[in-house]
Amino acid sequence: MRRILAITGRETAFYGAVAFFVIVCAFPFYWMLITSLKTNSDLYNVTNIPFWFTEAPTLEHFRYLFEQTLFVRWLLNSLVIGLCVTAITLVTAIPAGYSLARMSGRNGEALGIGIFLTYLVPPSLLFLPLSRIVADLGLQNSMWSLVLVYPTFTIPFCAWLLMGFFKAMPPEIEEAAIVDGCSLFGAFMRMTVPLSLPAILTVVIFTFTLTLQEFVYALTFISSSDQKPVTLGVVTDLVRGDVFYWGELMAGALIASIPVAIAYNLFLDRFISGITGGAVK
Amino acid sequence: MAVIAESARLAVKPVSRFRFILDRRDVLGSIFIAPAILYVLLLVGVPFLLAVYYSVSAYTLYDPTWRFVGLANFEQIIQNPVFLETLGNTFLFTFGSNLLGLIMGKFGALLLLRPFPGRKIVRALIILPWAVPIALATIAWEWMFDSLYSVINWTLIALGIVTRDDAPNWLGSPHLAMLCIIIINAWRFFPFAIVIFLAGITAVPQDVIDAATVDGAGFWRRNYQIILPMILPIVAIGLIFGIVFTFTDLSIVFLLTNGGPSGATSVLGFEGFQVGIASGDVAHGAAISLFMLPVLLIVVIGMLRFIRRREI
Amino acid sequence: MAAVSTRDIIKKFDEIPAVNGISLTVPDGEFMVLLGPSGCGKTTFLRIICGLEKQTSGDLMIGGAVVNDLPPRARGVAMMFQSYGLYPHYTVRKNISFPLRTQRVPGAEIERKVAWASQMFGIGHLLDRRPRQLSGGERQRVALARALVREPTALLLDEPLSNLDAKLRSSARQEIKQFQQRVGVTTIYVTHDQVEAMGMGDRIAVIDHGQVRQMGTPSEIYDDPADRFVATFVGTPPMNIVAQNGGYLGFRPENFLPKAMIKDAACTEFKFRVDRSEYLGSERIVYGVLEGFDPKQAITAKLPPAHVADEWIRPGEWHSFAVRDSALRHFDQDGKRAGRH
Repeated sequence: MRRILAITGRETAFYGAVAFFVIVCAFPFYWMLITSLKTNSDLYNVTNIPFWFTEAPTLEHFRYLFEQTLFVRWLLNSLVIGLCVTAITLVTAIPAGYSLARMSGRNGEALGIGIFLTYLVPPSLLFLPLSRIVADLGLQNSMWSLVLVYPTFTIPFCAWLLMGFFKAMPPEIEEAAIVDGCSLFGAFMRMTVPLSLPAILTVVIFTFTLTLQEFVYALTFISSSDQKPVTLGVVTDLVRGDVFYWGELMAGALIASIPVAIAYNLFLDRFISGITGGAVK
Repeated sequence: MAVIAESARLAVKPVSRFRFILDRRDVLGSIFIAPAILYVLLLVGVPFLLAVYYSVSAYTLYDPTWRFVGLANFEQIIQNPVFLETLGNTFLFTFGSNLLGLIMGKFGALLLLRPFPGRKIVRALIILPWAVPIALATIAWEWMFDSLYSVINWTLIALGIVTRDDAPNWLGSPHLAMLCIIIINAWRFFPFAIVIFLAGITAVPQDVIDAATVDGAGFWRRNYQIILPMILPIVAIGLIFGIVFTFTDLSIVFLLTNGGPSGATSVLGFEGFQVGIASGDVAHGAAISLFMLPVLLIVVIGMLRFIRRREI
Repeated sequence: MAAVSTRDIIKKFDEIPAVNGISLTVPDGEFMVLLGPSGCGKTTFLRIICGLEKQTSGDLMIGGAVVNDLPPRARGVAMMFQSYGLYPHYTVRKNISFPLRTQRVPGAEIERKVAWASQMFGIGHLLDRRPRQLSGGERQRVALARALVREPTALLLDEPLSNLDAKLRSSARQEIKQFQQRVGVTTIYVTHDQVEAMGMGDRIAVIDHGQVRQMGTPSEIYDDPADRFVATFVGTPPMNIVAQNGGYLGFRPENFLPKAMIKDAACTEFKFRVDRSEYLGSERIVYGVLEGFDPKQAITAKLPPAHVADEWIRPGEWHSFAVRDSALRHFDQDGKRAGRH
């Protein structure tokens, strides 16, 4: 009997701890959801229980967000930026990762670490000179400046990710293709690229999410509302002076968060093996 | 047999050497990596040098001359007590939130290691803070810390811990504001720490753990003498990310406190932004940002060494 | 099809030679086996021939032309890899036709050749499957078909049987040899397995430390080893070697017999102390030492089991054994065969 009590106690503690972690992690997002569906009179009444609806839920904030703000435009901007950056990243990082894994000999590893380290050079060190470069190129206040600058961190990251993947691939298939009459480039295009589609898909997803998460460059380069990506647009344009449009803010934040959250969960394992690649053999 | 015999072709065709220049591994390898390196050199290397140059010039948005002033900017910055406070804030913010994140990460990883019904969903929910753009999450926290409608305060009052009159003004008092940005950053970092720990622990071969168990090692000994040393390299990599991105972060501070109240939460990245972009004093802004560099270098070099040594 | 020959090929990795001056000629249509322990440089040498590695120095000739600077696709050789290297994202048909497509062979001819190859290897029913749906034996046939469909100048095989279990191996061995004879392609086969080498090779080159220790027909290698390495690498159990008069004396276990069994010829007698004996059904292996020689030098004898009863061989007993003089091999102090050519 005492044993059963002890086990029950331990189980309760365990699930209690799990519940604590889940609440800590997920509550802000629950709070986004509940806020975005509440009427303003419900929101701004401190006597109401905040965790649930006192008045009937409303889609008013979402309607306002989509009809009275540039939210749709921001989403589109983010999509265009994401697509362009992904294209640039793929075209440069796939060959680079392959070169590091297969064709750079002993310098490959040092070069790979060097490229990866540039991923660690923070935006807050570079935004001043970059904003000047962007201005010189006539891209000031335009989302194309972000298309130009975002590959500076997506390329190193993805080249590193792909390098690890290519290294883990047995070279035999490419070699067979080379002996069977392909050039090096031909073997790369006809064997390596199709066989690494899962890795390439991972890279696409993560490039996209990295562009969505970026904030500092967007904040520095862009002030016109119609050029903003969604992350910047939501947190800057839904605040007028000192007035926070909390319902709209939370609705926008929620919508912009969902795709990234889903992508991370689907590709988490690949991502982890990518950044830690080589540290554990 | 006859089929292939009749179409037998010359064994080896005579060809010029140049035609096969792209079949040399080193040549194609250089061509393959050139675009990536060029991109990084032009848009990371050049701006970096430019930042160094700004920091020793008198360049501002209003006076865009490139007058060389030596280390004058750095001297002025160091002599400014506000900057020293900023520097202190940055260290406090970085180490506080990473330590908190790491502890929570280790604890969370121990929980998630054990299979239980719904583990997949729990993991998906726990990943959220790290996955979602920090700017958006910060806005949600700002709303939770709101001076009037804070859900946290509402709960504290409902539980009878504080009264409405002395409810904490989270973002309005210096110490609490610092605590807030530390908590938010730890909150964002610890899911990453969890997955790093999990990846490390799952990579430890089961037979090593079994052998230790057979040899009489208990739970704590297994954890701290067998598993922890083996996953240290992977944890070190996680920490590099955590420290570098925290030390240079400015979005949380920018959105949540704007450096306030009265500079209590100002950190290096934010200060560089305020001076360089908002006030247009590019030279001083660049110099402030460059103060991050030594710390970054020490962290990265130290960690890389550490990883190297463990690999051998 | 063409002869393959090399002249003093050297390949260094970081100043360490993996291949250290190999010169050999494989005449048109010959089945040459490169036999050696793992890490002896035989695979590197094979990769140099097909062009996947470039030699540090030395010349490589295919069909009489020097091909040192040609990439693999201009050499026209085919290679079968250890795990076959089939293209997982292609069907069997596309796998087989791949070497033809890279050479821009016209479509009709591709179809004709694929039909020919699939008929020859009996894989017509597999053409629309993918490699992962095939058994080990089927994969080997597909790999062979892919290698031979374009009529290569030479066929290179890199330990192709090492992924098969013991049972499949002997039939696979037979299959490869049979197709090679039918097509008549110049073949270079790399292995560390002496049974494969002895059973398949027209000639064998025994390689160690990046050098050819001996080249010859299987019987030359076995009966007439050029040095101690070859003598002890080929044969199970290996040749017995004992020190004698500043040189070495060697004899094969199956030639080391009880004195009573040798009646007709001149022979050399030894006192043999039995330590242990193993009955293997078709033979009996007896382990022991010789009187008057290094007592740590273990000697083995391979006896036909029917001739010796169990009671006769008991551990600790001394027996009179002998070797026909014609079966004795003498090596000098460097391990080279004494008085040979």
